[in-house]
Amino acid sequence: MSDKKKKFMQGNEACSEGALYAGSRFYAGYPITPSTEVAEILSVRLPKIGGVFMQMEDEIASICAIIGASLGGAKSLTATSGPGFSLMQEGLGFACIAEIPCVIINVMRSGPSTGFPTGPSQSDVMQAKWGTHGDHPSVVLTPATVQEIFYETVRAFNLAEIYRTPVIVLYDEIIGHMREAITLPEPGEVEVIERKKPTCKPEEYKPYAQSNGTIAPLAAYGEGYKFHVTGLYHAEDGFPTNNTKLIGEANERIVNKINKNVDKICINEEYYLDDAEIGVVAYGVSSKSAKFAVKEMRKKGVKAGLLRPKTIWPFPDKAVNKLAKQVKAILVPEMNLGQVYYEVERASRGQCEVKGIFKVDTEAIHPNQIIEEIEKFA
Amino acid sequence: METVTATKKKKKEKPVPFDYSNYIRKGKLPHIWCPGCGHGIVLKCMLRAIAETGRPNDDFALVSGIGCSSRTPGYVNFNTLHTLHGRALAFATGLKMAKPNLKVIVTTGDGDALAIGGNHFIHTCRRNLDIVIMVYNNFIYGMTSGQFSPTTLPGMIATTSRYGNIDPPFDVCKMAEAAGATFVARGTAYHYGELEKILHEAIMHKGTAVIDIIDSCPTYYGRFNKFKSPADMMEKIEKEGTVSVKQADSLPPEKLEGKLLRGVLHKKERPEYTEGYAKLIEKAGGKIVSSRQ
Ligand SMILES: Cc1ncc(C[n+]2csc(CCOP(=O)(O)OP(=O)(O)O)c2C)c(N)n1
Ligand code: SF4
Repeated sequence: MSDKKKKFMQGNEACSEGALYAGSRFYAGYPITPSTEVAEILSVRLPKIGGVFMQMEDEIASICAIIGASLGGAKSLTATSGPGFSLMQEGLGFACIAEIPCVIINVMRSGPSTGFPTGPSQSDVMQAKWGTHGDHPSVVLTPATVQEIFYETVRAFNLAEIYRTPVIVLYDEIIGHMREAITLPEPGEVEVIERKKPTCKPEEYKPYAQSNGTIAPLAAYGEGYKFHVTGLYHAEDGFPTNNTKLIGEANERIVNKINKNVDKICINEEYYLDDAEIGVVAYGVSSKSAKFAVKEMRKKGVKAGLLRPKTIWPFPDKAVNKLAKQVKAILVPEMNLGQVYYEVERASRGQCEVKGIFKVDTEAIHPNQIIEEIEKFA
Repeated sequence: METVTATKKKKKEKPVPFDYSNYIRKGKLPHIWCPGCGHGIVLKCMLRAIAETGRPNDDFALVSGIGCSSRTPGYVNFNTLHTLHGRALAFATGLKMAKPNLKVIVTTGDGDALAIGGNHFIHTCRRNLDIVIMVYNNFIYGMTSGQFSPTTLPGMIATTSRYGNIDPPFDVCKMAEAAGATFVARGTAYHYGELEKILHEAIMHKGTAVIDIIDSCPTYYGRFNKFKSPADMMEKIEKEGTVSVKQADSLPPEKLEGKLLRGVLHKKERPEYTEGYAKLIEKAGGKIVSSRQ
């Protein structure tokens, strides 16, 4: 790899690069700290390659616009933070039921409400899963470094296309604004998945056809297929239905297309896990402190290990359960008052003690805080 | 919908003046609208106006929000998108910007466009994005059984204004013009021939075109406000309650009081948004990508 491609950049910049690398040519958003750099960068970069940058009137409009653009055939994204993410929930549900690929970047900040706008947090994990009403699929990625924001943004677009569903990239103010050295891959080095288009005759096209768990290709408007999309429950042809059997099946299908592919979607980093006796489950910025703490503990001969989910939804139940079988205790440091902690507890099924390390003062969790807790179990 | 093939036997030899089957989706009728509802007449006018353009169906995208009026796209043979309450224009904006060659028509209700969707309405007009906005204005929330809307007149009865509405109404046309729409018109379901012409002109216009379509909800607005029948309602509100811009010129002011003007009320040349964006791309040194063709 050429040195030219080595860059020192902040997380939000890496996110923008990832979106462009993935072939996204449409952004719509509304400015909000600490995500605004994504908009500012893409407002310069997208027109240069013939893409579209739209500053909409609010976040509701932003998510609706990216769904509309996706139906026009564009890979599209928006970037926001807590208050804006709250406004996007209804649109997110529409993308879920209508099965329209799109990517939402949420750079988390302190909440609820306006909270502390420049202060980091990890408190939108549950909102990313349950924010929109109704049972729905959730794919949420939690990168932990600037380099990883690049890769996970590309992966978000890929997953959105494969599963025809919205994908959320969730990181916080710290990594959003932190600068690290990263390497930008050459085109072709990282896989980029393109949208599967129908090849059948227009009159045979069923945008929601399903056979054995396959996902129907999505045509773009204006390319001869003239199909219907609605947020109402619909049959395979896309038109609304009152048939309760079809409604039930459709709801289960959109959830199962993710849940049945957990093994393909969930990616975890394992750090000193092989012989670990004390486990730490951490994601995003808190996993940086957790990794440091585990390394320090190992120097002292304490068998600590880290499980770091890069996909937080669907939740990596299997990996957590396996860890719980192996260790005395699992510690869950996160910058909220307990969100992933409860998931770890659920997935552990009482096989070990689970303890949370929570912090909401908008300061990162210090490695010493994690070390102290590990030592209690050593 | 009544098709022309159902005309009297003796006229059978005449050429069919209009074939709706090219525009109505097979098997998707009957529609959900109540007998006497004005929405069907508006649909008919829209299809005929589209046909007059001579452009193929695939060139059109119909986008709607939620409401009785917003059910229109499901019945017609175009690229169709039935979205969220109030958000049709935001979806339409994304679609139009991704595919500027599509002619995008939004069918929306007075509640959908002006209450929950008011913000998107004014900002779409401000940008002058090339979208036709058909506001089916029946002065009430039909779909949710008759609550008052931002166009309900003072004193009128709705399920949430049992003592008479005290909320002052919006004038859709004045609002559209003030917000920057470059084609603003008003029609009614009663004056269907005129409405068809207005809609055709709106579709041919390059820029945001808003049409305030006075329409009736006999089931709720009609019954609550003691109109004798759907026809009576149309006569009182749409026929007697409006005056065409041409007639208005020769009428004394007292004859115009309380009446809404019909016809094209405002037309202006102003840079259209997708064209402006194409220039911006050029300025940035970019080229239009194929997905935007
Ligand atoms: C977010 C949201 N709020 C409320 C509703 C309920 N709702 C559905 S349609 C409607 C009003 C529709 O009235 P209008 O837009 O005037 O259209 P009409 O039915 O009269 O044609 C409302 C309030 C909804 N679907 N979504
Ligand atoms: S409720 Fe009113 S607006 Fe809705 S279909 Fe019936 S008459 Fe029309």
